[in-house]
Amino acid sequence: MKTNLLDSIKQTKDGQLADSILRKCVHCGFCNATCPTYQILGDENEGPRGRIYLIKQVLEGAEVSNATRDHLDRCLTCRNCETTCPSGVQYASLLEIGKKHIEESTERPFKEHFVRDALLNTLPYRRRFKFFLRVGRSFSLFLPKALRSKIPAKVAKGKWSRAQHSRRMLVLDGCVQPVLSPDINSATSRVLDKLGITLVNIKKAGCCGAVSQHLNKEKDAQTMMKHNIDAWWPEIEAGAEAIVTTASGCGLMIKDYAQYLQDDPEYAEKARFISTLCKDIAEIIALEDYSALATTAPKTISWHPPCTLQHGQKVTGVVEKILIDCGYQLNPIKDAHLCCGSAGTYSILQPELSSQLGDNKIANLEKDKPEMIVTANIGCQTHLQERTKTPVKHWVHLLLDR
Amino acid sequence: MNSEPESRNNILLALREILPEKYLLTAKEDLKPYECDGMPAYQRIPIAVALPSTIEEVQKIIRACESQRIPVVARGAGTGLSGGALPHEGGIILGLSRFNTIIDIDHENMTMRVQPGVRNLAISEAAAPYGLYYAPDPSSQIACTIGGNVAENAGGVHCLKYGLTVHNILEVKIITVEGDLVTLGSMTLDTPGYDLLALMTGSEGMLGIIVEVVVKLLPRPLATNVLMASFDAVEDAANAVAIVISKGIIPAGLEMMDNLAIKAAEDFANAGYPVDAEAILLCELDGAEEHLAEQVNIVMVALGEANASNVVMANSEQEKAQLWAGRKAAFPAVGRISPDYYCMDGTIPRKRIAEVLVEIKALSEKYGLRVANVFHAGDGNLHPLILFDAGIDGELEKAEHFGGDILELCVKMGGTITGEHGVGFEKLDQMCVQFNPDELTHFHNIKHAFDPYELLNPGKVIPTLHRCAEVGAMHVHNGELPHADIPRF
Ligand SMILES: Cc1cc2nc3c(=O)[nH]c(=O)nc-3n(C[C@H](O)[C@H](O)[C@H](O)COP(=O)(O)OP(=O)(O)OC[C@H]3O[C@@H](n4cnc5c(N)ncnc54)[C@H](O)[C@@H]3O)c2cc1C
Ligand code: SF4
Ligand code: SF4
Repeated sequence: MKTNLLDSIKQTKDGQLADSILRKCVHCGFCNATCPTYQILGDENEGPRGRIYLIKQVLEGAEVSNATRDHLDRCLTCRNCETTCPSGVQYASLLEIGKKHIEESTERPFKEHFVRDALLNTLPYRRRFKFFLRVGRSFSLFLPKALRSKIPAKVAKGKWSRAQHSRRMLVLDGCVQPVLSPDINSATSRVLDKLGITLVNIKKAGCCGAVSQHLNKEKDAQTMMKHNIDAWWPEIEAGAEAIVTTASGCGLMIKDYAQYLQDDPEYAEKARFISTLCKDIAEIIALEDYSALATTAPKTISWHPPCTLQHGQKVTGVVEKILIDCGYQLNPIKDAHLCCGSAGTYSILQPELSSQLGDNKIANLEKDKPEMIVTANIGCQTHLQERTKTPVKHWVHLLLDR
Repeated sequence: MNSEPESRNNILLALREILPEKYLLTAKEDLKPYECDGMPAYQRIPIAVALPSTIEEVQKIIRACESQRIPVVARGAGTGLSGGALPHEGGIILGLSRFNTIIDIDHENMTMRVQPGVRNLAISEAAAPYGLYYAPDPSSQIACTIGGNVAENAGGVHCLKYGLTVHNILEVKIITVEGDLVTLGSMTLDTPGYDLLALMTGSEGMLGIIVEVVVKLLPRPLATNVLMASFDAVEDAANAVAIVISKGIIPAGLEMMDNLAIKAAEDFANAGYPVDAEAILLCELDGAEEHLAEQVNIVMVALGEANASNVVMANSEQEKAQLWAGRKAAFPAVGRISPDYYCMDGTIPRKRIAEVLVEIKALSEKYGLRVANVFHAGDGNLHPLILFDAGIDGELEKAEHFGGDILELCVKMGGTITGEHGVGFEKLDQMCVQFNPDELTHFHNIKHAFDPYELLNPGKVIPTLHRCAEVGAMHVHNGELPHADIPRF
């Protein structure tokens, strides 16, 4: 597509990247077909092709109002459009540049600021989040219904494998997951133990930075990234093979550290290395002989692949293969490529769309009456569990189900 | 009559009464993404975009527009490649994307009743559990709507054997410019009286707004095979098309791609295309198992005769899907090798494909612009993609001239200026080449019978005689008409 970006923008690195992405878009509209918000709203402004067009206007110097920002805010960043686009348009990178630009040039209403700041100041900080959750649980009767349903039941921690093997891997504990579902990483440690690998949790590491990055707080995000790199580095020098992630959203973020820190003289090199070491747990298991993990009590399962896994990390078919090899029966799921509406903080910032997508997703997942629904990201897990009595878990639990 | 700003204000007031706020777009920012369709070279900002979701809303909108004499341009998914959904500056866009419900599947009678905004692919997906599918499959089928398909009489890979949209629909409901709901066609194969359904098909939003469509479904073939033949010379691939069909075989699809297209599509789809071949032919055969084996043998021999350097057969459903995925994504995949492309859509008699490709190559050298060829070879429906960079001054105009030359070449070879993408705004001038003034006058009369004030998608498809006179004047060179031998039929 023809572009005519402002000179002041074109001279920046962001501007050049945006220009090259925009020029790749041939305006065919294929991407709209798989965009969850376009499917619901039917407005060109609420699909990727329109959003790309809006961002183009902004970078070409057109006046922007809150209308453009709202259309971009309604994007889930699910990246389904990237998977669909035959021309290879890197939509998410363009969106980030567009949003940054708009954030600098428009002022949000106070209420929006308040909610965003509240999220930024709690979610990434494990202790604060834990505190609020505990308070929430104790006073849940007094909370509005919308919030009450967001508070999941308490989950037992589960035992962490203590066995020591010569092969060691690090795991990202993250921010929200250890509070909401501390059993996922302990289960992962037991699965890897059976494969002869010790999983090490570096307590000092914290939030991967995704929450801040997606709410346009780049600086904060970078501080978190560097903090994690510093926390992991000694173990990596000591020979840890990989950084395992069990929340695909965090995994995607760490795989992008290389890109986010590429201009940081001190951290660029390390970030590149960390990104190559980062693997989703499915990628790790797929390379091992996992025949010992097969179940003796096969169940019928519905699998929900998170967007950050299938469209972001482009890890597709891997979990399915492992589960089928291990004896599980997977239901065919309609619209498996669509987002469940959780999308990080989206469920709080765009409750209406988010809950419509969640309801659609649950209906498709439950159609064949699964005994359990499994997924690979804590956000999707809690978002789906809010809507059903069928247990929703991380799929690694199935590998311990004998 | 009201003055222009007055009717503008009136229409906005009227539309506000009909639609909820979020489905009536009037802010400049919100209108901008509607300024073009899949052909972004032409752009115009409408005065508003209306996104209704019920037939009653459409009726009210149309009546309001009619009374204020405001033009209405229907829009489905906006994937059109001829500027058909290009807005009118003084008019509104009527977006039908929210009409996306499948109303009824009658699998015993093999029909499906759908709203116009249902995507082409969604129809076949919904029919799949019954072992049925909808045959016309434009490459844009993932995104384009059935309303847009009817309006453009869209075709696709399977149309060689199973026909275009017009052969695969039974009934449509339209809203006339007066706001009346009218049913054309019927649930039986023949309807007494004039075949207005056929007239509506391909009418590009100029005769009525399509608000419901009944499509025919076909049983999935018992078995299919997909062959891919590689060639060291484009002319050989072109000749192979006629050879295959002369053996009495009608493939379910017969598509050709040249080297540039192969490379771009392979980069996206990893379909296993030979990136060093000059051209490939994809050939789908279908039928009963026994029959199929025989067809495969005949086609293999024909391809050998045509100098194919290699032929492979897909071994699994997945491999077949993969081979087609690359072809279907080929246009936009070309975005990987060029910032812009101009997609042409002419038809020629099958046996002249090689000749036309040679001439296109010569034109490509003359204009200094690359061309990637991807097309429905079996139908003789060419899609040369002219690669250019709109960022370079003058390249778009150069591409347009080049495109015009290609279409005139098609007419010269005994073909037409559009196979399936429609005339829209883009090919108005070439209509003057294809039709004589009498014929155009008849077209205008038909338009006026449906739409006396020219409010439905005005200024598209049928050029005014005045315009043709100007085009003619422009083309007369040294007192001679170019291509004086073109039959003005
Ligand atoms: C990459 C790519 C590949 C393509 N491949 C093919 C192909 O193989 N075969 C093919 O035939 N086409 C192809 N096309 C062109 C295009 O997809 C078709 O013309 C399609 O039918 C347009 O549908 P749409 O819903 O996008 O309509 P739009 O582009 O929105 O509109 C097209 C025309 O139809 C009118 N219209 C739309 N909806 C209605 C309605 N409900 N009532 C009345 N008028 C209406 C509009 O006014 C306009 O004139 C391709 C396009 C792209 C971008
Ligand atoms: S990221 Fe998802 S929601 Fe956003 S435009 Fe792409 S497909 Fe739509
Ligand atoms: S699919 Fe890709 S090229 Fe086509 S409109 Fe979307 S982003 Fe642009």
